[in-house]
Amino acid sequence: MSGKRGLSLIFLLAAGVLVAAPFGLKPYGIYLLSLWAVMTIAAIGLNLTLGYAGQISLAQAAFVGIGAYTGALLTTNGWPLGAAFALAIVLCFAIGWLLGYPALRVAHHYLAFVTLSFATLVYLVLRNEEWLTKGVYGISGIPRPTLLGWSTKGPVDFYFFCLGVLALASLAAWWLIRSPWGRAFTALRENPIRALSLGIDTRRYTLMAFAIGSALGGVAGVLYAPLVQFIEPNAFALNLSFNLLLMVIVGGAGRFFGPFLGAAVSVLLPEWLRFSEGLYLILYAIFVMVLLAFFPSGLLGLAERAQKSWLRSSKSAT
Amino acid sequence: MAAVLQVRDLTKAFGGVHAVNGVSFEVHEGEILGLIGPNGSGKSTLFNCILGQLAPSSGEVRIDGRAITGMRPCDLNRLGIGRTFQLLQVFPQLTVRENLVLAGQEHQGSMWTRLLGPRDAGLTAAAERMIEFFRLTALAGERAGALSYGQQKLLDVAMAFMAGPRLVLLDEPAGGVNLTMLAGLRERLRAINESERATFVVIEHNMEFVMSLCTRILVLAEGRIIAEGAPEAIRNDPRVIEAYLGT
Repeated sequence: MSGKRGLSLIFLLAAGVLVAAPFGLKPYGIYLLSLWAVMTIAAIGLNLTLGYAGQISLAQAAFVGIGAYTGALLTTNGWPLGAAFALAIVLCFAIGWLLGYPALRVAHHYLAFVTLSFATLVYLVLRNEEWLTKGVYGISGIPRPTLLGWSTKGPVDFYFFCLGVLALASLAAWWLIRSPWGRAFTALRENPIRALSLGIDTRRYTLMAFAIGSALGGVAGVLYAPLVQFIEPNAFALNLSFNLLLMVIVGGAGRFFGPFLGAAVSVLLPEWLRFSEGLYLILYAIFVMVLLAFFPSGLLGLAERAQKSWLRSSKSAT
Repeated sequence: MAAVLQVRDLTKAFGGVHAVNGVSFEVHEGEILGLIGPNGSGKSTLFNCILGQLAPSSGEVRIDGRAITGMRPCDLNRLGIGRTFQLLQVFPQLTVRENLVLAGQEHQGSMWTRLLGPRDAGLTAAAERMIEFFRLTALAGERAGALSYGQQKLLDVAMAFMAGPRLVLLDEPAGGVNLTMLAGLRERLRAINESERATFVVIEHNMEFVMSLCTRILVLAEGRIIAEGAPEAIRNDPRVIEAYLGT
């Protein structure tokens, strides 16, 4: 079996499982799968900024928050969800672009702190500007959309809606990564000075990487609001930023399917470990530590290594 | 002959240290100029000042008579100035082919046509020609990081030529390259120089290589030009022997 055929087989299987899954699950399971889809979108955005372009950001939760509040405020005031998507994308793209400017001056842990400060700032705005966000009381009664007569009120319907948005976001990200821009992002990550000497405008690409990654965070937020139907600022605190970072790293930064796996580990694995009752978060933490200590390139890096050694052993066997 | 590159009174000081100290020279179209000198004599700093990687403390750089001091490296590259670095600078995660396509892509269209327009219009074909020219055919699909040092060095040089530059500044292209490969590299550089009328400035410590490739040589010591002339004259210049060759 060639690598490419194996990959498309796995892809089709996964897609089949995703489509069939909700029919055998209780509402809570369906909710978790929907949450996985939403978080995957946010993680795809961060993977673009961090995994491909190499710019660390601890602000992704802030963009999910901006998206979620945009969605909640617009739809509870009678606007369609489509308008919320459009506004959130524009807003997060613009703010993400501005957040990219510090990245032109600082990198690595310095940049981590700049973006962390920004995330804190957004959190404080969400909590304190009650006239707009209702502060800690949050916004409730967020409606789920109806598309061309298809109501997504039920959990299964809304799950498929999330899956559809995830598919669109993935296609857009795939298109981008395979374009010359994707190559330029990689060049930015691997060697910005050499990239500059090859005519690559590293400044513009850095800003773009931040803006596009942030916009995807906004898309995830707009989808998150009608999923949980009640949002409050704590959902978008630093915890979520770290969690999204974990998803990207655990899945395999700079690999297209990394965020899908990483989000599964972060959203679903703790639930599967619940059989251990009080221990489940401890087991989860140990799993993450062991994984990253031995396989810093994440689950997909581990899979690639396994595939390579399998190919080698099957070659030497013949 | 028209001067492609003019450097006038270029100075770069780091605190009290003048790494480049009032350097002036011209490079004419089609010339291969060698730049030699002991370690720390300011050769790489001079390159970095010419190419916008460092801002010179004073002085001026002109390309085709146009002042370029203060321009960014990416804009200079799009004006047709290529370079290689002293230390190996390929993108290890990309394949040989991808490295070359990347090296050419920013010279086509705008950022938006690169995103939305047709993919790789002619770029892959240009990369294939470069791969063949530099004899990298067997390695085209390999990740650059998996290549030997000498092969990566060839790729590094090939990348500098992807966009068909008029002027290329090469910083120690022969460093760490074995003798067979070195002869091949010299042959390639000569061929491009003749067919494309491309102009080179070459920093190199390998005397055999530099003397046989270059048409004229500048000798730098402590940030100043101490000698200039044809390879034969430089080889016998007592100042050069004292500063550099005699050791």
